[in-house]
Amino acid sequence: MRRPLLRAIAALLALAAAALIMPAAARAAEAPDALIRRVSAEVLERIRADKDIQAGEFRKLSEFVDATVMPHVNFQRMTALAVGRGWRSATPEQQKQLMAEFRTLLLRTYSGALGSVKDQQIRMKPLRADPADTEVIVRSEVVPARGEPVQLDYRLEKSGDAWKIYDVNVLGVWLVETYRNQFAQEISARGVDGLIKSLVDKNRSFEQPRKS
Amino acid sequence: MSALQRLARGLAAAALLALTVGCAAPGGPAAARDPLEPMNRVIWGFNDQADQLLVKPVARAYDAAVPEVLRQSLSGVLSNLVDPWVAVNQLLQGKPVLALSDLTRFVINTVFGFGGMADVAGALGLEKHHEDLGQTLGRWGVPPGPYLVLPLLGPSSARETAGLIGSLKGDPVWEHASKAQKEAFTGGLIIETRARLLGSERLLQGASLDAYSFVRDSYLQRRRNLVYDGNPPPPPREED
Repeated sequence: MRRPLLRAIAALLALAAAALIMPAAARAAEAPDALIRRVSAEVLERIRADKDIQAGEFRKLSEFVDATVMPHVNFQRMTALAVGRGWRSATPEQQKQLMAEFRTLLLRTYSGALGSVKDQQIRMKPLRADPADTEVIVRSEVVPARGEPVQLDYRLEKSGDAWKIYDVNVLGVWLVETYRNQFAQEISARGVDGLIKSLVDKNRSFEQPRKS
Repeated sequence: MSALQRLARGLAAAALLALTVGCAAPGGPAAARDPLEPMNRVIWGFNDQADQLLVKPVARAYDAAVPEVLRQSLSGVLSNLVDPWVAVNQLLQGKPVLALSDLTRFVINTVFGFGGMADVAGALGLEKHHEDLGQTLGRWGVPPGPYLVLPLLGPSSARETAGLIGSLKGDPVWEHASKAQKEAFTGGLIIETRARLLGSERLLQGASLDAYSFVRDSYLQRRRNLVYDGNPPPPPREED
């Protein structure tokens, strides 16, 4: 009599476990362009709905980005590529600081532009990649209600089963490459700590009341 | 025949210039792309001064005084005047269908769009394209050569400067314009462009550790992207 009950419980547990694991597995199998389409739609929708984020309120934007965008970004690789050769000579503590300050710099930069998010649509371009690829470029366009579309591309890498973004391209300009020379300049003049200090100073200057 | 001759002359001038100054190493680290950095930084500083003293105040006044509708008309007219030259460059890059599309754009917008004030052709699905002689030279395999900051005009490269000079000879619209028309076009273009950038300055200042490097590295990438119509082959990448 107890045997069938146990079996039923075991089956239920297995089902529950499967239900818990399934969404993760489904997410993991998501193609890189599908991921970009889903996340960009989510981001646009959220910004449109949130006046505080549109106004560039930093704390809210920061939380939102951490929750929605950062899980899909290999930010360590992004920072390492931007810092270039200096990255390997940096201590783990310095690397952590570099990542934190670079993240703040990017967020502060973008925060000023979010007010212009209105009725834009995302248009995906066909993905040219082999199923075996572990590095791909996903191409898309932001299409405004009027005017010309804005090219927006991403470099992604496959880590485990998930795809992670590590570089972004706006109008043909890659983020990492745009920072690489500036960071190298700073490191060769003042070392890794010098670069960290410039980033800290830069980020602090945003906190001053902004007057034009 | 004389239009063709003009074009040939322009191309020859551009190609010669590009060959003489454009043969430096393509891509690579900052030093290779910007061997004239000390000179460029001096001109950059001069441009900044000129901007603060003259160009920016005028652009501000323009931005404040001219309503958006009128500004869009003006920028449409300027953009329309460039389209025939865009079409010529499409042809030179081996894209006859796009050349025809851009030429049709020009005709439709000139006739039905009041000289380009309204982008009627765009509404009909004839998209605006951005092509110039610098991109054509790039498409032909001419490397960008050293980065250059031009007085008042800003970021450029040896190839792009050659293209600019060549287009003064080859552009059919420019060739037929009077001196006053050329001045009006150039002045209008500078002020309109500058006014559009009024909001971007703080972004540039905030985003960059060194605005000069930031603009240079963005500009060179942007031009490369344009040469390949938004789909450049991946540059050789040093992984660290």
